[in-house]
Amino acid sequence: MTRATGRGAVATRPGLVWAVPAAVFFGMFALTPLLLVAVLSFTSWDGIGDPHFNGLDNWTALFHDPVMLQSVWTTLLLTALGVVTQTPVSILIGVWAAGKQRNRAVLSAVYFVPLLLSATAVSVVWRAVLDPNFGVPAQLTWLFGDGNLLGTKSGAIGVLTFVGVWQFTPLHALIYQGGARAIPQVLYQAAAVDGAGRVRQFLHITLPQLRNTVITSVILMVVGGLTTFDTVLILTQGGPGTDTTVTSYYMYQKAFKSFDFGTGSAIALVLVVVATLISLAVVRLSGYDRMRGTAEGL
Amino acid sequence: MRRRPNVLAGFGSLVWLVLVGLPLYVLLIATFRTRADYSTEGPLSLPKHWTLQNYLTDLSTGFGQDFLNTLTVTAGVVAIVLLVVPPLAYAIVRARGRATGWVFRLFLLGLAIPAQAVIVPMFFVISKTGLYDHLLGVILPTAAFCLPVCTLVLTGAMRDISPELYEAMAMDGASPARMFRQLVLPLSKGGLSSITVFAALQAWNGFLFPLILTQSDSTKVITLGLYDFQTEHGVDVPGLLSAVVLSMLPVFVVYLFARRALVQGLTGVGGK
Repeated sequence: MTRATGRGAVATRPGLVWAVPAAVFFGMFALTPLLLVAVLSFTSWDGIGDPHFNGLDNWTALFHDPVMLQSVWTTLLLTALGVVTQTPVSILIGVWAAGKQRNRAVLSAVYFVPLLLSATAVSVVWRAVLDPNFGVPAQLTWLFGDGNLLGTKSGAIGVLTFVGVWQFTPLHALIYQGGARAIPQVLYQAAAVDGAGRVRQFLHITLPQLRNTVITSVILMVVGGLTTFDTVLILTQGGPGTDTTVTSYYMYQKAFKSFDFGTGSAIALVLVVVATLISLAVVRLSGYDRMRGTAEGL
Repeated sequence: MRRRPNVLAGFGSLVWLVLVGLPLYVLLIATFRTRADYSTEGPLSLPKHWTLQNYLTDLSTGFGQDFLNTLTVTAGVVAIVLLVVPPLAYAIVRARGRATGWVFRLFLLGLAIPAQAVIVPMFFVISKTGLYDHLLGVILPTAAFCLPVCTLVLTGAMRDISPELYEAMAMDGASPARMFRQLVLPLSKGGLSSITVFAALQAWNGFLFPLILTQSDSTKVITLGLYDFQTEHGVDVPGLLSAVVLSMLPVFVVYLFARRALVQGLTGVGGK
């Protein structure tokens, strides 16, 4: 950034003191717990008394815990399914909504509604809608068969994936809408002159131009997918059996249902490490690096 | 240049409209049914007798209290965010020195800390400080977890202020505090409304922190009320769904009147 214009007027700058309140607050309620989770993972604590150090006990137990391993696979599966299903739908809706016609504005307003609902409300509504006895499946038997979708492993995973699409597509569609609006119209006009049809334009202009948007959106989906919790708690309680026990839900069970807070912390730390690795990828890939580069020559 | 109507996209958007609309239809219609009507007629038909009883019952059975608690949490979170984020963003955008970059990086890193990851130590800290089962114990962590995104959105808005304006004010002998009040705050109004909306939505819809950090009825928030309702009276679907509608009513009203700020707030969440 240029420091001063011709006459050498250098504006007074605020000191770093201005950042102190936020930094102290954030340190106390976000960073300290983050360090504490690492400490607690080497202790046994029942939530009432004081934690006692027990070395690597929690970690060795977790490593041999079949449910933990299964939960990691389930989490990765659900995350992958989320990315694979949400990405194409949100690209299509986002690009479509980037158009200018009036009906798109109205429809976009409707499409946006799921974003206003809390994850709790979304789960409660879908549980009611999909109830095998009193929900929609009981009325549309031609579509759903016997309709107990949440009673089987594939059904439960399917429902969680579908509800994820329903809940998160609007946010990602919004991101893509912004991305699509930023594509220069000249590219489309040139392509149209060359006789490229709509599909070719989409494949050869829109998609490549959206590359960075896709990266940002996918990484957000991955972080969201790894930490899915509310929907699992309300829709499936990790079941049937442990078929949809994702890692964050398993952590909740261990800590707040079995009062084994040490093991809960260890599971949480696994989540932190994975999420941090992805965060570094966010900073690397999505261009925040460059944004920082424009900040006062850092 | 004339374009043919895009039949494929039109069809796709209609399919999506059904997917979004159907559950919303079931949600809304069910709240005007009696329980008996819901179980015999199913969720898709129109109710035989329209009734408002579900809403009245919800409001008389503690939902009003939940509502007030959620309102308190939301107000508290928004207040904290508006108090600490603007000075922070100002420092990040304008302060000199290596430390500024580190502060920004610290908050960016916070973007990736999922609330689940710190919920056990949060429970530890909150119960050791005696804030367990107090609304303040929910407000503080919720606000802390809003900071990264709000900081990112607001620094984005503040970067758009041109350096010439600062220089002009400096010529008049303005202090950093006066520049903040008279230049930075007025010019980042858009960013400020975005972070307000985002923080309010997060607080209003928050579930995990209240679930872990409160237990009594007097500190229960709406989302927790829905969860308890579902586990305790799972068969009263119309009552449950009318509680859902009540819970989203304020958000919906804000949406009707301030769609732009809301959409921008949420787009900001996705990164720019």
